[in-house]
Amino acid sequence: MYAFNYQRPKTVRQAAGLLAKAGGDGKLLAGGQTLLPTMKQRLASPAMLIDLNQVDGMSGIELKGRNLHIGAMTKHADVANSHVVKTAIPGLAALAEGIGDPAVRNRGTIGGSIANNDPAADYPAACLGLGATIVTNKRKIPADEFFTGMFDTALEEGEIVTKVIFPVPQKAAYEKFPNPASRYAMVGVFVGKKGSDVRVAVTGAGANGVFRLPEFEAALKTRFNAKSLDGLSVPADGLNGDIHASPEYRAHLIGVMAKRAVSKALGK
Amino acid sequence: MSATGIGAPVRRTEDFRFITGKGQYTDDINRAGQAHAYFLRSPHAHAEIVKIDASKAKAMDGVIAILTGDDLAADKIGGLICGWMIHNKDGSPMRAGGHPALAQGKVRYVGDHVAVIIAETYQQAKDAAEAIDVTYKTLSAVADIDSALKKGAPVVHDVAPDNTVFNWHLGDKAATDAAFAKAKQITKLDLINNRLVPNPMEPRAAVGDYDAGTGVFTLHTTSQNPHVARLVLSAFIGIAPEHKLRVIAPDVGGGFGSKIFIYAEETVCVWASKKVGRPVKWTSDRTEAFLSDAHGRDHVTHAEMALDDKGRILGLRVNTKANLGAYLSTFSSSVPTYLYAPLLSGQYNIPAIYCEVDAVYTNTAPVDAYRGAGRPEATFVIERLVEVAARERGEDPALFRRKNFVTQFPHQTPVIMAYDVGNYSASLDKAMDMADVKNFGKRKKDSERNGKLRGLGYSAYIEACGIAPSQAVGSLGAGVGLWESAEVRVNPVGTVEVLTGSHSHGQGHETTFAQLVSDRLGIPLDQVAIVHGDTDKVQFGMGTYGSRSGAVGMSAIAQALDKVIAKGKKVAAYALEAAEGDIDFKDGRFSVKGTDKSLAFGEVALQAYIAHKFSGQQLEPGLKETAFYDPTNFTFPAGVHICEVEIDPDTGVTRIDRWTAVDDFGVVINPMIVEGQVHGGIAQGVGQALLEGAHYNKDGQLVTASYMDYTMPRADDLPSFAVGMTSTPCPSNPLGIKGCGEAGAIAAPPAVINAITDALGHENISMPATPQRVWQAAQQSQRKLAAE
Amino acid sequence: MASVTMTVNGKSVTATIDPRMLLSSFLREHLRLTGTHVGCDTSQCGACVVHVDGRAIKSCTALAISLDGAQVTTIEGLAADGHLHPMQEAFREHHGLQCGFCTPGMIMSAVDIVNRKGAMLDEHTIREELEGNICRCTGYHNIVKAVAAGAQAMAATKVAAE
Repeated sequence: MYAFNYQRPKTVRQAAGLLAKAGGDGKLLAGGQTLLPTMKQRLASPAMLIDLNQVDGMSGIELKGRNLHIGAMTKHADVANSHVVKTAIPGLAALAEGIGDPAVRNRGTIGGSIANNDPAADYPAACLGLGATIVTNKRKIPADEFFTGMFDTALEEGEIVTKVIFPVPQKAAYEKFPNPASRYAMVGVFVGKKGSDVRVAVTGAGANGVFRLPEFEAALKTRFNAKSLDGLSVPADGLNGDIHASPEYRAHLIGVMAKRAVSKALGK
Repeated sequence: MSATGIGAPVRRTEDFRFITGKGQYTDDINRAGQAHAYFLRSPHAHAEIVKIDASKAKAMDGVIAILTGDDLAADKIGGLICGWMIHNKDGSPMRAGGHPALAQGKVRYVGDHVAVIIAETYQQAKDAAEAIDVTYKTLSAVADIDSALKKGAPVVHDVAPDNTVFNWHLGDKAATDAAFAKAKQITKLDLINNRLVPNPMEPRAAVGDYDAGTGVFTLHTTSQNPHVARLVLSAFIGIAPEHKLRVIAPDVGGGFGSKIFIYAEETVCVWASKKVGRPVKWTSDRTEAFLSDAHGRDHVTHAEMALDDKGRILGLRVNTKANLGAYLSTFSSSVPTYLYAPLLSGQYNIPAIYCEVDAVYTNTAPVDAYRGAGRPEATFVIERLVEVAARERGEDPALFRRKNFVTQFPHQTPVIMAYDVGNYSASLDKAMDMADVKNFGKRKKDSERNGKLRGLGYSAYIEACGIAPSQAVGSLGAGVGLWESAEVRVNPVGTVEVLTGSHSHGQGHETTFAQLVSDRLGIPLDQVAIVHGDTDKVQFGMGTYGSRSGAVGMSAIAQALDKVIAKGKKVAAYALEAAEGDIDFKDGRFSVKGTDKSLAFGEVALQAYIAHKFSGQQLEPGLKETAFYDPTNFTFPAGVHICEVEIDPDTGVTRIDRWTAVDDFGVVINPMIVEGQVHGGIAQGVGQALLEGAHYNKDGQLVTASYMDYTMPRADDLPSFAVGMTSTPCPSNPLGIKGCGEAGAIAAPPAVINAITDALGHENISMPATPQRVWQAAQQSQRKLAAE
Repeated sequence: MASVTMTVNGKSVTATIDPRMLLSSFLREHLRLTGTHVGCDTSQCGACVVHVDGRAIKSCTALAISLDGAQVTTIEGLAADGHLHPMQEAFREHHGLQCGFCTPGMIMSAVDIVNRKGAMLDEHTIREELEGNICRCTGYHNIVKAVAAGAQAMAATKVAAE
């Protein structure tokens, strides 16, 4: 790890001020489960590290009407074990229960995961698949506009994710095919149905990060059943390929995981 | 059987320190005033070093010294060695390229050692490493066997212009050709034995320390064989004479072969400690471990089996190309030769065998022994061949094996080995019973109903362990003898210290060895201490690998214990005023035959030390005996493993539904520990078959250099195992032990692949059978079915 | 350099450290609590697992400076009053360790599993919950047995204490 200037603000405003001061050379430390390994390998070298762990009011889970609010510093384990989440969006709790391993879930946060937008992360699929809104210290960003590319988001300089708002769906589920080695999503498909709207979001597979599948969504809007996806396929072009999975295999797995997610959402 | 004697599942005495965090591993050891070493490694697979400019780095905070291959040369420090000479078919010696601990003029793999930076802290050393300016002239690399053997390929070592280390053979070619000429069936297979990274959980580490007052070097290191390390560092590398070099291998967190070898890092740490006048510590991180620990396996093989019309095996022909990496590691040359081809007969009567092996240099990390070393590769060849041969004949693979089993012992194979004892059918019967093979068909139908494919695979393995008779291995090219030593020190109060040349890095020697002592001397377990891993305490030893600690190490202890009892009888005779021939020793007491006069073991020990009852002319005082045990034969553990898998053809995921292992290890000292060894071995074998594979790209970059890309078996990848035993005691050592450390890793890969191919209905799958590969293979099965 | 105060195994510790110092280094190098091991660089092997404020975390993936005010328990602090923790006993009784290197992290994770999931753990749950702990020696067979038995022993101890 390279040396850095360590800061521990108490408020979001202070954190934003420090981030602005760092002028693009600052990084926010949330759970650190991705950032710290990256810094250890000297692949990231922020001049300033702004630790959000002492900032008040950034974590917590609350159901407000038909929307589930989750604070950015809420840990995966807390989402997974929350009675509120399990009741409102069981598919989201199950997704959180499958991130990393128990020790990682005890540190990693939803805000950190979303802001990092790792192409193999799980939460971006839930955000996109549920049509979530990402709230920052400056504005509200629809998930459809938030994830702009691999490790890239709509966040501007000095902008900090403070919470995520998930509309509560009628049905939702996530199916992940983990990379055998890292256990990150090699393909993860989140399916959400709210009213007549159906969303299918895919993580792990796309070269530009999480993406939606309009054809699958249209088929499921007609009839929300795994069988509706029969005959549909995803082109391998533009999907990731590595030693564990070729683009063709990923494309195939998207179809399988999507069907399984739909069945799961239907309680089958 | 007593509660702590031979055969008892005694709970391990060493566990207390490990479960309370009090183990002492090398990285836990800190010497006063120590500095930290960091190795600058080559980012290129193949390059000439034009210039190393360390001037900027040398001026950085905390930097004490930056040393390169030139400094080694100036100090006349020799290169790392390969201790087993293999001869080519024409009798000429193998071609061993130089292996300096720090590169001299050229780097040959990614991770090769360019310079060492010694600084006050590890971070400072690492910072300075980044400031060293190395000018490389990059060369084309050869990252695999095929590209290394192409005409005009880049040359790794000038001594081997065709990148061939040796072309070696074993067996009778003419007899084998004759067998094939009269064959009614010839079964052919092309096999890849995938390259693995050993990955003991404790990364390698070393602390070198030089005492300028006495001129003695001390090296704490993660070694399976500290005496061999000292011998090599002294006699070959020339750091210091043996009596001025102490090597300590404290608690070691797993080895699996990878900590046998003498590596560049410990060599440099001990040498540099004198150069900088400070203790020098180095601890590998996991990425360095992937890059620079010796890898395992990496064979490409074409094999053919000849059979008569009744399905009896007539002959076996094997051609193997073995990747040995960029340099010859300590025992690398023995692995694809004498640890491989002599096991090709498996459990079968095969009249004629001929095996050719070409060993190849590539621009990859050195390859050497990894759990099983050669024997897993041989077992994969023979067990895949018999399975496919049976399938081609439409015969039940278990019956086919049984028909060809060796049943008469001793049995001389055509490839060196003389099997001493065994009962292969007994293991097969028991395994089939435990695995409920008779209901497999029902289970397969159930799986099919759920859209899954189910398969069952056998592996009837044999291995040669208890390595090894020194004279025999000497005649085959070994640079060392492979006996073991033991010293039994009885203290005046009757407690016992056993000094052994074996080394425990997870095997539980402190318990198992103490059980033997307790059993033989009739004293409680807690009065026995097992001492190992320190060249200042143990006079000499060959260490732990090749499942030798029980068969060879404990035999040495047994021999020394016999001497202690014999001396004890002499002492007891004087103390009890009886003739030596009238003294019996049983259950911890020396007694005079036909009388009630007796002394406890501890009382005799005291008599031996106070020496009041005999004169110095009559008997030497004291009670301490030494033995060197040299085995007379290899031992031949054997058994049958049965793997049952269920495949999801939609995803390619293979789930192991059942694992049955029945092993014949001869006499077992502690069944709990032995079963634990079987479990661990199976996990590594399943890892090879389903999960693990070291992958270099064509430029020689290691793609799988961390747990992000190299698939380690985790708890949810494996089932619980059903483990059973049969026993035919080994006749060649005093304890009847055969050895158990490698069995699982040897048996498992073909069992898994035979099960998968059974499920798929074709043979076209290679290791590791990852979900992607199995999915592709399952599609091929469907196409095959559709065509039929 | 910056100051940090935390409670480690019941004792308050204050130190001035480089902000780069990981909790694992703080424990091993600063406090010489070498029972916490480091087996990888990518937060996967779990040899470094300790409890922070009652939850299992990977100490190689946490900055010590960030844990100001935290309660840390390491393998050295698990045995109370000279008595082994039931999970430690279970690992010994069921031969859940060989080389011992992964063991401290394994035991700390196992205790955390029981804290979260209760005493009645089936094999499938244990295997899934051990995803973040890699062992190269045991094939996990006896670790799974040890965790199941340790979980029940923990419950029994708790009942006995109540």
